[in-house]
Amino acid sequence: MAVSGPAARTRRGLSLRARRTLSAYTFLAVPLGFFLAIRIAPAAGALVISLHRWNIVGTDQPFVGLANFREVLSDRQFWQAAANTLRYAAAGIPAQLALGFAAALLLRRAVRFRGFFRTVYFVPFVTPVVAAAWVWQWMYSPNFGPLAMIAGRLGLPAPLRTPALALYAITALVVWEYLGFQVVIFLAGLEAIPQVYYEAAAVDGARGWDLFRHITVPLLNATLVFSVVYATIVYLQLFTQVLNMTFGDPGGPLGNTATIVLYVYTLGFQRFHMGQAAAATVVLFAALLGVALLQLTVLTRRVEY
Amino acid sequence: MRIAWRACLVAILAVVLGASVVAQGQPRVTITYWQYYFESKVKTMDTLIAQFEAKTPGVHVVQETFPYDSYNQKVASAIPAGQGPDVVNLYYGWLPLYVGSGYLQALPAQVFPTAGIEREFVPMIKAAKFDGRYWALPTAVRTLALFYNKELFSRAGLSRPPVTWDEFRADAQKLTQRDAGGRITVEGFGIAPNGQDHQLLREILFRQWGTAAYSADNRRVTYNNPQGAAALAWYTDLVTKDKVGVIDFFPGGNGYRDAFNAGKAGMIVDGSFAIGAIQSGAKFPWGVALLPRRTAGGAPSNFGSFWVNGISRKATGPRLTAAVAFLKYLTSPDVQRTWLRQVGEIPASQALAADPKLAQDPVYGPFIASLPYAHATFFVDETAQRTIMLDAINEVVLNHKDPKAALDDAAAKEQKVLDDFWSKQAHK
Repeated sequence: MAVSGPAARTRRGLSLRARRTLSAYTFLAVPLGFFLAIRIAPAAGALVISLHRWNIVGTDQPFVGLANFREVLSDRQFWQAAANTLRYAAAGIPAQLALGFAAALLLRRAVRFRGFFRTVYFVPFVTPVVAAAWVWQWMYSPNFGPLAMIAGRLGLPAPLRTPALALYAITALVVWEYLGFQVVIFLAGLEAIPQVYYEAAAVDGARGWDLFRHITVPLLNATLVFSVVYATIVYLQLFTQVLNMTFGDPGGPLGNTATIVLYVYTLGFQRFHMGQAAAATVVLFAALLGVALLQLTVLTRRVEY
Repeated sequence: MRIAWRACLVAILAVVLGASVVAQGQPRVTITYWQYYFESKVKTMDTLIAQFEAKTPGVHVVQETFPYDSYNQKVASAIPAGQGPDVVNLYYGWLPLYVGSGYLQALPAQVFPTAGIEREFVPMIKAAKFDGRYWALPTAVRTLALFYNKELFSRAGLSRPPVTWDEFRADAQKLTQRDAGGRITVEGFGIAPNGQDHQLLREILFRQWGTAAYSADNRRVTYNNPQGAAALAWYTDLVTKDKVGVIDFFPGGNGYRDAFNAGKAGMIVDGSFAIGAIQSGAKFPWGVALLPRRTAGGAPSNFGSFWVNGISRKATGPRLTAAVAFLKYLTSPDVQRTWLRQVGEIPASQALAADPKLAQDPVYGPFIASLPYAHATFFVDETAQRTIMLDAINEVVLNHKDPKAALDDAAAKEQKVLDDFWSKQAHK
């Protein structure tokens, strides 16, 4: 491919710029096609399935309109799972952000063993979730687990076997798991704040809390928005931890830890009501989309340096 | 580039030609058999297939296996997609779904006459009968029994396993050990609603306390009465009043069995499928006993379950003939004996179950002796029905709900599951 000059035109009359763009899109077409085939098409498929009575084994899959949606929306278990999912998010996201932020601020001050501490915080994030869930199950074991003993000292019953506590017992695992990731994100955000702002403010007489409130927090806004959106998606899609923490009775005592994704899994792949499972998925998709859009509009403010 | 393409093309051609050359040397009919992966089952099946092929020239059987956890999904999605097995291994509890969906074909009556099947096999296989016909048959079946730790028994001054449920409760109290803080360190009974106990409640305790769980036609839930409530109360008292066991003492789906193997539970109720895990796991003398009864002379009962082999609708013409012959072979007494020896599952035939040599076996004996009165629950949606029973138990244990009220709730929910199933059947 010979190029004779910056503004050279080909025989077909395309500028170099246009050709570059064209080749970029050509290369992009492959992952885009892949994305369409692997992510978008099945999602559209789920929408189609949600309008049919779709038994995975059967051949006869009649169109039933919105019957699956009516069925799902009138199912007490669906609403229990939905309320649980919101509870996970409401408890987990603030805890994860606050702890992650605090840990990041402390880590930035640590002069010695900085790498060591960062590794320690990050290890849970790279630990296989299923293995971690089983170890945590033992820690919550009513008769042998250290976490159950601590709960006992506080006058609480065995957390995983108590309907009111089981959900928060699992939330603790998820927070522990994602804390390291959150710390890394905050550390990167903190390090991106130019030091000169602090110096300038210090010259003007600002001290500790003022520096934090008027410089650190506003300039971390982009990081915060990302963290909140990311964590929201994690918590609304919670599944593996929930399934594995109460393996013999998925969804915990009396369905108190079930999430929407677990509900979909049970309905579709254990009970084979694919149509209803797809309908629940569509509802979850709509909710996720709504939440993400809301967060992006409410939390995104212009960041000026 | 061009050269590489050519090389590829030549390679593909070579493979295709090679395969067709090999195909010419193969027998005329090839059928596929699917089961989930369990080492002893797969190996035994390999030898059985070799024997079957030697006896039946012209038929070739290919065994394909999948991990247990994804097996049902794999099977369920294969046939509608036009793929999958000719002969398929299924849990009996999935049969209503598979039969209702037209996945299986009824066994041909010339080869498998209904009356002959019922004479030859143990009673629980009636759960494989729909519309008066059989749709699948087992090689082996499973029942429940009481496993007990002989060392803990002798330490507690007990000389034999309990015969009645009253004895069982008294023994469990003697076997239970606690630390200074009152926390249980050894369970008298490894209680496990999410293990086998929900079956224990449904098919054994309910019946012995005077109520069947379902109507004879399997269309109505019938356990929500005072007898059912008394049975549930007796069971939940083990946790709340007698305190001889802790739910989720050891975590995980098989926690109760792990606790038994670790010497931390005096007794558990478990299936014959657990024998292997306990033989290799328990490092102390242990025994197997018949499940207790309400009174010494009272009626015994048991829960039976089994995996069946059925013929999918994909098998037609010569493949159907081959599949029928293979199924006939898999259900023969010889194969059942081999299966017991190599896999450790108890035979499905009445004659073998009555064999005194088998009935006296110290480990298999109690399971085999329970066959005549073992009921296989007719599950239409096993996951949902299991959860409903677990929830009823948890409502009483955790929320101190009145047992009768808990059963009323459970019955209403389960009746809806049954109604859903039967209304769809009527629809067809």
